Amino acid sequence: MANKIQVVTNRFRRIDPHQQRQRLYGIFFLLIAIFIWIAFSRSTAPDLQTIFVTTPGGAQIATPDITFNTFFVLNVLVVLCAALGVYQVLKGFGKYSNYVLSLVGILLVVSFLAWGAAGGSINVGGLLRVMILRSVPITLGAMAGILCERVGIINIAIEGMMVTGALVGAIFGSLYGLWMGMLIATIAGGLISTIHAILSIKYKIDQIISGTIVNIFTIGLTSYIVTKILQNRDWQHLNQCGFFNPINLPILSKIPYIGPIFFSHNIYVYVMYLLIIILTFVLFYTKWGLRLRACGEHPKAADTLGINVFKTRYTGVILGGLLAGFAGSFFSLGSVGYFEQLMTAGRGFISLAAMIFGRWTPIGALGSGLLFGFAESLANNLSLLRFPIPAEFLIMLPYILTMVILAGVVGRSRGPAAAGTPYEKESL
Amino acid sequence: MAKKETTVKRNILSIFIEELSKSSLVFILLAIFTGLIIGGILAAGTTERVWQAFGRSFTEGIRESLKLIWLTYSSLFKGSFGDPAKMISALLSGDKTRIFSDWKNFLESLVVTTPYLFSGIAVALGFQAGIFNIGAEGQLYMGSIMAAWAGFTFKGLPPIVHVPLALGTGILAGGLWGFIPGFIKAKTGASEVINTIMMNYIAFALVQYLIANPFQDPVQGFKTPLIEQSAHLYRFFEDPLRLHIGFVIAIIIAILAWFFLYKTTWGYEFRAVGFNPHASKYSGINSPIITILALTISGAIAGLAGASEMLGVNFRQTQALSTGYGFDAIAIALLAKNHPLGIIITSMLFGFMRHGSRVMQLKTQIPIDIISILQSFIILFIAAPAIIRTIYRLKEPGKKEFKVEITSRVSGEKL
Repeated sequence: MANKIQVVTNRFRRIDPHQQRQRLYGIFFLLIAIFIWIAFSRSTAPDLQTIFVTTPGGAQIATPDITFNTFFVLNVLVVLCAALGVYQVLKGFGKYSNYVLSLVGILLVVSFLAWGAAGGSINVGGLLRVMILRSVPITLGAMAGILCERVGIINIAIEGMMVTGALVGAIFGSLYGLWMGMLIATIAGGLISTIHAILSIKYKIDQIISGTIVNIFTIGLTSYIVTKILQNRDWQHLNQCGFFNPINLPILSKIPYIGPIFFSHNIYVYVMYLLIIILTFVLFYTKWGLRLRACGEHPKAADTLGINVFKTRYTGVILGGLLAGFAGSFFSLGSVGYFEQLMTAGRGFISLAAMIFGRWTPIGALGSGLLFGFAESLANNLSLLRFPIPAEFLIMLPYILTMVILAGVVGRSRGPAAAGTPYEKESL
Repeated sequence: MAKKETTVKRNILSIFIEELSKSSLVFILLAIFTGLIIGGILAAGTTERVWQAFGRSFTEGIRESLKLIWLTYSSLFKGSFGDPAKMISALLSGDKTRIFSDWKNFLESLVVTTPYLFSGIAVALGFQAGIFNIGAEGQLYMGSIMAAWAGFTFKGLPPIVHVPLALGTGILAGGLWGFIPGFIKAKTGASEVINTIMMNYIAFALVQYLIANPFQDPVQGFKTPLIEQSAHLYRFFEDPLRLHIGFVIAIIIAILAWFFLYKTTWGYEFRAVGFNPHASKYSGINSPIITILALTISGAIAGLAGASEMLGVNFRQTQALSTGYGFDAIAIALLAKNHPLGIIITSMLFGFMRHGSRVMQLKTQIPIDIISILQSFIILFIAAPAIIRTIYRLKEPGKKEFKVEITSRVSGEKL
């Protein structure tokens, strides 16, 4: 009897943290609904129209624009968000909550665009196309980070590897053609990450310090090469690599609306799609992937089971470096066709944020890469909208979101347990 | 004023040498020496003249590369210190203009050293408490822009009020930039490494916004107005020489930091948390508070670095671009093993190299960036003494192993 009472009181006292989180999400959705209503809907005249242009500039097939009454659509979005919020509070979406969270985020963006372009038009197709392009280095870099951290090595040197990839890609692309440039840039990234791997695995230097060393070294070396060689008039032909032209994928690029946005890009975008699928499969559905992750979560246990922790860690870090070098070559070979200093502009660090934001999974990396890419794309086109917030704040948004996620305010994100600690085999 | 400064410095020097002789000075010197050799090889290997000489004959190639390396480092030295013979003869002659022109490089190097000294101490204070502050750069920018704001907004104040006010604003801004990641770490355990990096980019974007909008100069776009004359830091010499009182403040901060860390209870707690967070927790140290304090103070000092640059050198904020102060500060702190007095020397090493490299680039066409490469090798050898040991066949030291002690990785804390 006493036991039973204990159980009952316990049930009343203890609030299930999971349920509490669900409620919090629901309230958050409701707040967004209220925000859309107050900030956007109420300040829009009822008779205004918004035109979403769906054909990106230069696309082969034209799709009809979407024209709608701004006020009406905004109100629909408010109701939708509110409904999702009410359902979340009362019943909860359970494990789908995070997807619903991103859906609400998308609704917020749509309502913002509709409101910003009210009485005019905005090229949504173009925005999304640029978003994909901008997300390529961030997503690839985030996947490089995932590979490193899943085996337990923190890699803040992705930026350095990217810069190296961009420079090497430009030089060898100019000398031996684009494909060779891409290949050698990838290898260069791998070599640089081997330095990081040796320092942090063999010499057991603090991984942040090792990453800092690699960053200072690569950024110094690339600017050295640029000043010494590429800016020299006799050697300028080394920095004219040109870039990969977009390829329209057969059939897929013909899909209305989606095709021109997703499937008429250069090779980098398609490789990114492929890598996301491959990496997800390998990491989470193969024995090799399980072993890889084991080294990042509990290396001692992995070692007991006969996994060579050192070898696995080297593999992960070097594979990550190859990816980062490839991502770096996108800057020169995939977008502008030459190398200039500061062209990576901290994308390597943003990749780290994207990795955390995407919870150390390739699909999450894509999602956060797209988010960061969209913020950049929108910030560049902000002058097209009547928008009271300056572009700089939009640029800030992903960083703030990353900090919020990391702090666990909305959707806590936790990385591999052993990331950052060097592994030391116990001597018998 | 100038005399007073030198006496202060001599005292520090003696303390420093005493401290340094306790640690493995040989290691640091070998690390620097090896870095210089590698830099020399790189410089020679990328110079066409050397290649041509090698094409003629091997010995000529060696001779040419040695000549180039000598020229590189001697011009680096002359660029950072000046020509020693000339400097002494100028001092002896007592001619004011000659002293100014011959000591110019040395004094300018001190100007370049100032922000490194501040930010090196900022990072080291964090390290001592087990905190990795990669955000020194963002904190520096916040300090700089807010000091500029205080500098151009308030008009008609006497310098004795205006200068501390502007410096204080910068300190507050930098401190806030450190407080936020510190608070998040203490409350939720989220790693400060990523958060300080994020704060860097937020700072860049914010400065970009501020100089383009509310703080914009009405005449010239994308920069703030010049700060008022009353907010300028005191300069020791006449105009072309820019050595300002910020350098002295930096030295004082270094001494205060040393006193704080090694002579006060709070400082002891800082080091205890940095050394072993778990043990210090069980011994009753409030480690979340220490974490917040460490990052806030660290940010405040980095903010002071920005403020002193603003009020002493720049006088207006232009575009915010990463200048690498944050990473260099980490290198400086590591090189000095996070000892505040050691940082006085290591920051001078970096500042002098930075300033001297400009002269070097003019004379030898070796790009400034060789300094970064040198630096990366020097930290590498400091952080991985095993490499130096292998190169020079040094014996493994027994108890007195030289290593960089950073215990920021609390078990259970992740990036």
